[in-house]
Amino acid sequence: MDTGMVEQIVYARPESLLPVHTHYCPGCTHGVAHRLVAEVLDEMGVRQETIGVAPVGCAVFAYNYFNVDFAEAAHGRAPAMATGIKRVSPDKIVFTYQGDGDLASIGAGEILHVAGRGEAITVVFINNAIYGMTGGQMAPTTLPGQRTTSTPTGRDVEVHGFPLRMCEVLAELDGAAYVVRRSLHDVPHIRKAKKALRQAFEVQRMGLGFAMVELLSSCPTNWGIAPQEALNFIETRMLPAFPLGDYKVHPAIATAEGRG
Amino acid sequence: MAKGRITIDETLCKGCELCTSVCPKALIHMSMDRFTPKGYHPASLIDGESACTGCAICSVICPEAAITVYRWAPARAALEAA
Amino acid sequence: MAKELLEGNRAFAEAAIRAGCEAYFGYPITPQTEALEHMAARMPELGRVFLQAESEVAAVNMVYGAACAGVRVMTSSSSPGVSLMMEGLSYIAGSEVPVVLVDVMRGGPGLGNIAPSQGDYNQIVKGGGHGDYRPIVLAPATVQEMIDLTYEAFDLAEKYRCIVVVLADGNLGQMMEPAELPPMRAVRKASERPSWALTGARSRPPNIISSIYIDPVKEEIFNQKLQAKQREIEENEVRAREVLLEDADIGIVAFGTAGRIAYSAIQAARSEGIRAGLLRPVSLYPFPYDHVRRLAERVRSILVVEMNAGQMLDDVRLGALGRVPIRFYGRMGGMTPMPDEVLDEIRKLHVEVG
Repeated sequence: MDTGMVEQIVYARPESLLPVHTHYCPGCTHGVAHRLVAEVLDEMGVRQETIGVAPVGCAVFAYNYFNVDFAEAAHGRAPAMATGIKRVSPDKIVFTYQGDGDLASIGAGEILHVAGRGEAITVVFINNAIYGMTGGQMAPTTLPGQRTTSTPTGRDVEVHGFPLRMCEVLAELDGAAYVVRRSLHDVPHIRKAKKALRQAFEVQRMGLGFAMVELLSSCPTNWGIAPQEALNFIETRMLPAFPLGDYKVHPAIATAEGRG
Repeated sequence: MAKGRITIDETLCKGCELCTSVCPKALIHMSMDRFTPKGYHPASLIDGESACTGCAICSVICPEAAITVYRWAPARAALEAA
Repeated sequence: MAKELLEGNRAFAEAAIRAGCEAYFGYPITPQTEALEHMAARMPELGRVFLQAESEVAAVNMVYGAACAGVRVMTSSSSPGVSLMMEGLSYIAGSEVPVVLVDVMRGGPGLGNIAPSQGDYNQIVKGGGHGDYRPIVLAPATVQEMIDLTYEAFDLAEKYRCIVVVLADGNLGQMMEPAELPPMRAVRKASERPSWALTGARSRPPNIISSIYIDPVKEEIFNQKLQAKQREIEENEVRAREVLLEDADIGIVAFGTAGRIAYSAIQAARSEGIRAGLLRPVSLYPFPYDHVRRLAERVRSILVVEMNAGQMLDDVRLGALGRVPIRFYGRMGGMTPMPDEVLDEIRKLHVEVG
């Protein structure tokens, strides 16, 4: 058609994602998080310099989906592995991708110390308040009263205590340079999440210290609700328990991000 | 004709339906009459009125990065953008 | 009691409850998480203690603490998680507090997979954690044995003040078979806890539970005490099942799932006129060396079948002391041998050795 118009591609699947079908459940926000990380790596042009460390959890096969070098860590140990990789290859971009069990339960020691050391790595923390891969047990971030297979009558705070707010804890450490919480429950929040991920990888490039983006995520299968309802659960139940915001921002970063 | 269009890769789409609820013009629908190779009902663009603007909001929510978004733009603007 | 269709993991958890287990601390890991979920539902119902720990390292130390307080306590896990527990198990052995562990083995090494395996025989049977100690290790081959051995494990652990490991695999954990649960035993009252336990130094000098013996002279004396206990266990707690061995030419030695597969194979072999029999160790420590010695004196050859690269094989060699040729057949990495494969090995042995 000769109207002087051309068809442009406005959005296409990022190159940092391999052209494969993933094993994640339909509607699972792991897919969104993977896509955002891949878009950021593409936009920064660092795909070939990037090394990822996969967790034990639903994202155990993350290395099959990202078009970057990857290591598989033992459960919770990804930050320690990432430390080993980064210390000997400081010019590389090193990131971990961890769930709530991997990061906040068994890996609590490792994440504390990687933030305390100010390790120049980027941590992508997927918080969906449950253990997905093993079939729906309680996570450290499971909400009071939330039913899981190891809290079948609802999480009783008298027995199991309260959810851990990891951003708040890690932000207290001097080595932490950028610690923020975002959400993946709707399009505007996904866009903000992407900006935060970009910032977290830039912080690494600038060598400012530890960077982590916590992403409130869904688990339709183990929450027992449909994908859209699961996103609504994030908005109505998880946001109050895990407030969005910037918990630590290194002074060297000029950011237009406010809370939320 | 429409300002934009999308294609949904049916080898990737898992029929999660999230795109159907974010499209501002409600142009995406589930095709309940067929299955993808993996056995899901895929989503697809049904745009008889040529209403799609290529806003790409659907591609933001898609967990599978299955959506490619196209938009018609003036040739000169396209050259400058390139 | 009537037989019910029971899943291995839930069956051993319920058996522990009926044995009077007062506390369970664990962490999710496939293929045994159903046991944790069963405990999560049942223990609070019964007013007992359940807690999902932050990791297996934490879980084994919670178990250690509860055992020091004198209660019947257990944990369960699978290969990578059990590896994390090794330090804790050594401390527990070094302080002589009774503990029960159910290890549902999976493919390895490393993260491996979630398929059944017997690849951790050496890890568990030879001690696991650092130091000179050996837990009692019991190897079930059916859901009924999962129940019976777990039920008995608590008494054994207390009798010898040691660790008892029920060593299973993902097949046994996940399978469902008809089995009977034992009667519910009452939980011990607080006043009935052992005199060595940490219950508060009321009207008695304080109890100390520790595994530290800074003076090597004292450490050696303690180790001698542990060794004396090991001898007693070896004297009294050997268990094994013998099937069709009276007239056997070929003796298969296999434990757990490999044992039940071997059983199918020897039945098929018998129908072909090959005189094969099975020695199935049920205690892996104490290992039935005498049973193996007697077997070696009787058969023309031994075939060891395992779901690993050959671990119990070494113990069979020790027992047989070179008397007969020993052949090994194994599958690794979570692969389960089929009876046909074992039958082929029996046929080959029959042709070679008679």
